[in-house]
Amino acid sequence: MADTDAIVGWKTITFGCHVMEPGSSARFRTGDWRSQRPVIDREKCIKCGMCWIYCPDMAYTQTEDGFFEVNMEYCKGCGICAHECPKDAITIVPEEG
Amino acid sequence: MIPEFEKFKRFKAKNLPKEELLAPGHRACQGCGEVLALRMAIKALGPNVIVCMATGCMEIITTPYPQTAWKVPWIHIAFENPASVASGIESALKVLRRKGKVPKRHIDIVAIGGDGATSDIGLGWISGAFERGHDFTYICLDNEAYMNTGVQRSSCTPYGAMTTTSPPGEKSFGQVTWKKNVPGIAVAHNIPYVATASPAYFLDLMNKVKKAALVKGPAYVHIYSPCPTGWGSAPERSIELARLVVETRVFPLYEVIEGRYIMSRKITKPKPVQEYLKGQRRFRHLDEEHIAHIQQRVNADYEKLVRLSEMT
Amino acid sequence: MIMAKRVGIEVSIALAEAVKLANVDVIPAYPITPQTHIVEHLSEVVANGEVDAEFVPVESEHAAMSCCCGSSAAGARTFTSTSSQGLLLMSEILFIPGPMRLPIVMAVANRALSAPISIWNDHQDIMSQRDIGWIQTFAENGQEAFDLTLHAFRVAEDRRVSLPVIVNIDGFTLSHVVEAVELLSQEEVDQYLPPFKPRYRLDPRKPITMGPVGIPEVYSEAKVAHNEALKASRRVILQGWKEFADLFGRQYNPIETYRSEDAEVLLITMGSISETAMTAVDTMRDKGQKAGLARIRLWRPFPGPEFRKAAGKAKILAVVDRCLPPGAICGPVGAELRSLFYKVPGAPKIFNFIAGLGGRDVTVERFEEMVDKSMVFARKRPKELYEVIGVREK
Repeated sequence: MADTDAIVGWKTITFGCHVMEPGSSARFRTGDWRSQRPVIDREKCIKCGMCWIYCPDMAYTQTEDGFFEVNMEYCKGCGICAHECPKDAITIVPEEG
Repeated sequence: MIPEFEKFKRFKAKNLPKEELLAPGHRACQGCGEVLALRMAIKALGPNVIVCMATGCMEIITTPYPQTAWKVPWIHIAFENPASVASGIESALKVLRRKGKVPKRHIDIVAIGGDGATSDIGLGWISGAFERGHDFTYICLDNEAYMNTGVQRSSCTPYGAMTTTSPPGEKSFGQVTWKKNVPGIAVAHNIPYVATASPAYFLDLMNKVKKAALVKGPAYVHIYSPCPTGWGSAPERSIELARLVVETRVFPLYEVIEGRYIMSRKITKPKPVQEYLKGQRRFRHLDEEHIAHIQQRVNADYEKLVRLSEMT
Repeated sequence: MIMAKRVGIEVSIALAEAVKLANVDVIPAYPITPQTHIVEHLSEVVANGEVDAEFVPVESEHAAMSCCCGSSAAGARTFTSTSSQGLLLMSEILFIPGPMRLPIVMAVANRALSAPISIWNDHQDIMSQRDIGWIQTFAENGQEAFDLTLHAFRVAEDRRVSLPVIVNIDGFTLSHVVEAVELLSQEEVDQYLPPFKPRYRLDPRKPITMGPVGIPEVYSEAKVAHNEALKASRRVILQGWKEFADLFGRQYNPIETYRSEDAEVLLITMGSISETAMTAVDTMRDKGQKAGLARIRLWRPFPGPEFRKAAGKAKILAVVDRCLPPGAICGPVGAELRSLFYKVPGAPKIFNFIAGLGGRDVTVERFEEMVDKSMVFARKRPKELYEVIGVREK
């Protein structure tokens, strides 16, 4: 959980140790944890949004044409989306490298 | 009759709020069912909320200084007391509004704790807040053990489950007690709204959380939260388990509105509990006798619930 | 302008009246002897609409302090009170509002600790909570109980401080006695105490996170920041007392002295036994003994410079502790002062006495005994570093 942003001094640390910037965890790329990733087959996708609603990491966003795409910066590769997709449109493949 | 529910516009798949009030980058395990349930709950509540949280998985993974995943005001004081902290906030806002020091606008106050915080160490604190009738919602995110500290048993750990403090061995088969009926305890306080929910049924969950926030007075929502790490289940199965637990009647979904029990989902053709138990390492050691006992008790509890829904 | 009125009043009630006059917002409280009269009176004035506040009858002291944290974080002027076992029960939470900079004010009616259970007065309760990181003061009489409470709000909520404050009053021996107290009028208090304007609060319009995880990379800095804030609060504490004196004519100081200028032996006390000590000093002076008294009003942050000045040229300090920490080298005040004077050139000899446990009276004779013993110890070092006074062996 180490974060170089945390290297502050006692004179510069936030008042009360409060975190003033909402949603700043977005700076932390949990995608680095991944050992497998989802691949979406748009031919099969019916835009139901189950992948989006069932993602614990809010990694899915809906594009303008209604499909859903994964933000690889945060996707941890848990596989829930693939498991829940009613049309088996998502496959889990190993991360290369 | 609760007047706020009359005007309540239910969440539907078409009108789900897109705004995420919980940011990604939080440190939850892969496939964490609890943070998913939390995400859904916060989505239902919207930005006009103050969250008080207990020490636990959700608190730790969302607020490692200097980062926070929270986009709504949030406070963590200690483990057993989010209900008391919420009581203080609720009382403060009441007075400050009366004295004209803050705008009159209502703000939802939500206290959130895990099963350990809720059912064990914090039970008295919740009882006090319920008895005093503060206008707040308590959400229990139940992953059925003290997960953040390494999977020790709580009074919400299910019968027979393996945890580090209820390990199966020569002299024991795991958790020897049945899951504490915390919603029942909430109902006994005569609070206007109590509900159980599962993230597999996200609309049901979100509607219940919203109703809990809308109701005037205390409300309690108990949300089943799969934990692949602690249960030894595959991360991708978290929602599947959250569905099976309902389909096998192990975790029935219901509401209690002003003392009246209402089943959310009548499971007339239940799947056998074995289907739910398998694939979870925490139950792998159970023999047929134990499983039969679980099946029997699950059925009995479910029948009791149905009778309550018919009687009240 | 409506002026103050001098009344005969039970000290608990006077203290509660100060809280009322401070226009408190939220009072989460749980009853425990001998604090009860404070919260009962507050309950009554809230019920009568004499102050617009929420009295939250919580289910335990731990819940009371937790509730205080929530209330203060939401931006409300917050007060509670407790004693002894109640203070211990809330101890987990007591360490939290300091670093989180929540300006809660609490009155502690000092009482002995179990076991055996005792409802009577000594300082074990507050001494067991030395390190909670609150500003801590001690009142000697009813007027001080009233004045220091108003001062507590003034200092706690000052934007340069924003730290919680405890005002200590001796249980029963001070809380339950009737004294002549000048109760300030509402107008006068409003002159002294500005409304609470928190630096940060929980508000959906400006969402912040309070109480995150202090990872090792930042924990030390957070702790030092809190300690520095506590030390720096001394300036505002003194300013608060000066403002009080300018308005109402009563000047309070971190250390108060009595007949100390030419004293050879200084008794050191805290709380209401100081008044008995003053009588003892007079008695000893009448007998030709050059005794004097220095009373500690400000316990945390400890006012080192002021104490050294008050000690002056005294050769001997007879430090009176009102708790007996088992297995310790000496009592807490004794230890604090010995540390303060360690290896300081010309430092006085310091002797430590434990007296008045669990409501046992500390009489003029006992003070004389302590001074006499100190004179003996000054010539021949005692074997132990403290002596318990007034305890029967058989």
